[in-house]
Amino acid sequence: MSDALVTEGLLKRFGKVEALNGVAFSVRQGELFGIIGADGAGKTTLFRILATLLLPDEGRAEVLGFDTRASYRQIRTRVGYMPGRFSLYQDLSVAENLDFFATVFGTSVEKSYDLIRDIYVQLEPFKNRKAGQLSGGMKQKLALCCALVHRPELLLLDEPTTGVDAVSRDEFWQMLQRFRQLGITILVSTPYMDEASLCDRLAFLQLGKMLALDTPSGITNLFRKPLYAISADEKHRIVSALRSFQHTASAYAFGDSVHYTDLRDVPDEQELIAWLASKGISDVRITRIRPGIEDTFISLIEQEPAREQPHG
Amino acid sequence: MNKQFNGFRGLRIVGHLLRKEFLQIFRNRGMLPIIFLIPFIQMVILSNAATFDVPEVPFHLQDFDRSALSERLIERFTSSGYFRMTGESFARTKGIDELVSGNASMVLVIPEEFEKELVSTGHARLQLMINAEDGFTAGVIRGYAEEIVGSFNQDQPALIPRSLDIGNSPPGIEIRSSGWYNPELVYSDYMVPGILVVLVTIIGLFLSGMNIVREKEIGTIDQINVTPIKRWQFITGKLLPFLIIGLAELTIGLVIARVGFHVPMLGQYWLIFMVASIYLLVLLGLGLLISTVTDSQQQAMFVSWFFSVIFILLSGLFTPIESMPHWAQNFTQINPIRHFVDIMRRVMLKGADAKDISQPMAILAIQAIAMLSLAVNRYRKVSS
Repeated sequence: MSDALVTEGLLKRFGKVEALNGVAFSVRQGELFGIIGADGAGKTTLFRILATLLLPDEGRAEVLGFDTRASYRQIRTRVGYMPGRFSLYQDLSVAENLDFFATVFGTSVEKSYDLIRDIYVQLEPFKNRKAGQLSGGMKQKLALCCALVHRPELLLLDEPTTGVDAVSRDEFWQMLQRFRQLGITILVSTPYMDEASLCDRLAFLQLGKMLALDTPSGITNLFRKPLYAISADEKHRIVSALRSFQHTASAYAFGDSVHYTDLRDVPDEQELIAWLASKGISDVRITRIRPGIEDTFISLIEQEPAREQPHG
Repeated sequence: MNKQFNGFRGLRIVGHLLRKEFLQIFRNRGMLPIIFLIPFIQMVILSNAATFDVPEVPFHLQDFDRSALSERLIERFTSSGYFRMTGESFARTKGIDELVSGNASMVLVIPEEFEKELVSTGHARLQLMINAEDGFTAGVIRGYAEEIVGSFNQDQPALIPRSLDIGNSPPGIEIRSSGWYNPELVYSDYMVPGILVVLVTIIGLFLSGMNIVREKEIGTIDQINVTPIKRWQFITGKLLPFLIIGLAELTIGLVIARVGFHVPMLGQYWLIFMVASIYLLVLLGLGLLISTVTDSQQQAMFVSWFFSVIFILLSGLFTPIESMPHWAQNFTQINPIRHFVDIMRRVMLKGADAKDISQPMAILAIQAIAMLSLAVNRYRKVSS
């Protein structure tokens, strides 16, 4: 399969801040590709460049075989872009927004109905409601609908589930899986690690750089050290106790427990329990676990030489 | 064939944009009432309030003569309707005090021997002390006073008891002025055409620029920019609604001017609408230009305000261009408001035709072309 999207050495500066610093990756046709990164990682800048709204300072990007700089016209008719911030007309109704975006793409809601039907039936009860008065989940569905109405070959979804409740997020990802099955390539960014495992492949973006790019299982294989989940009744004290332990490589709260890695290749569990006991924490349970995507992400960030966090 | 089809589709997209724009304008409950109240408020309130008349000037009297003739002169002042006496005194300093305290805007001082001098020599002196804090008002007060004294002089032979029979003295030269095109010097006739210009200006400059910046502010411009909408379509879709609203406002304003103020309309309506359209294009171009260099409605509002204040003050609407310093007079040549005010007054009050106003009209047309091409050129769908 050919690539739906290729970038080479993308670099974008805003003043002194380098929002993107040499991003190179490619997305295969029909792939559901995730970009994972914290706020300020450069996700939105990357999406704006791919959506032909922003020109990179260096490097190039090819979307569906068209250069974003020279052939932006061809890209715009073939791509559906959903910005991170809700960008539909809040003072127009659901139906008016849909009709408007359908007509400016030279099509109509009827012509694309088979594609958007599943979302549209959920929106239909609120057809005459102003977009600004919809709930967060409904707003996202409307925005997705508007991005799909011209039958794009590629969807660029910038943090589509930020600020959306858990149920709506699940529904949203189910819809994405369906569109992928229809052959639409999807590039989606998210700050939520649990969503990352639903992607075919994913890339970590941190401070404008790509730290890793692989399938979800390939990503977790990057995590080589044994990882332990430590829990005790006094969970909140474990992290500080572990951080003063001389063999600790990392310790951070994760759900109900604390995830721990040791500096040594083979950690001594008894010594660890003794140390915690000396700090007054008893009833400690230690289990070795498989690292998740978030664990990998955290370890990758810690391996990166520290840079000053850009603001703004 | 294909090209024709594309052109047709291109216009249809403009149609969709227009429909969306009007939907939003008519749904904007904060702005819609103002848009349609502006013409009424401006015409009714401003035209009445913004006159040069100074009603009932309060004056203080110091009559040191206390003669029959001085009595008559004072009566002329008080019965004229222009002046109202607020007090009387005989101490020189008291008159100044009255001016300082603001109780009086003018002190009328009639010196001793006023009657005697007038009767014996035919000349007499009066002193007027006018509060000139506001030079313009002072000038108007002086004008009123001179008019009263002048008419008093005219009637003087009949008033002065003729003790000596010197025969008929020849009447002095009498100046009779008559104001052409506005014979009764009705201020509303003069102001209303200018107020109509301000009306069109507000719509053209403020609404258009603000509208595009708003799309930037709430992010909808991104969603528009990723569509295949072309630059000319988007700009036409943004400017045309306000051209239409501007002309609608002008229509309402003209109706109020004719019906409410009986302002004469000696020229052609089509000419006014044609010039107004050109003028609106200048303003819409400026508004669009402002919107391309600003990021928020607040910035755009501030910049628009800056331009409109300067342009209105230097338009000859409130102060005559002839009384401005030379450099300011030259500056007004690039002021679109000045030319439109000029054209409106000439067409409405003098019945000027297209040929008469060809020069200011040409200036406006050049400005429209320059402003629009600059703005269109600055507007970008892609940012770097």
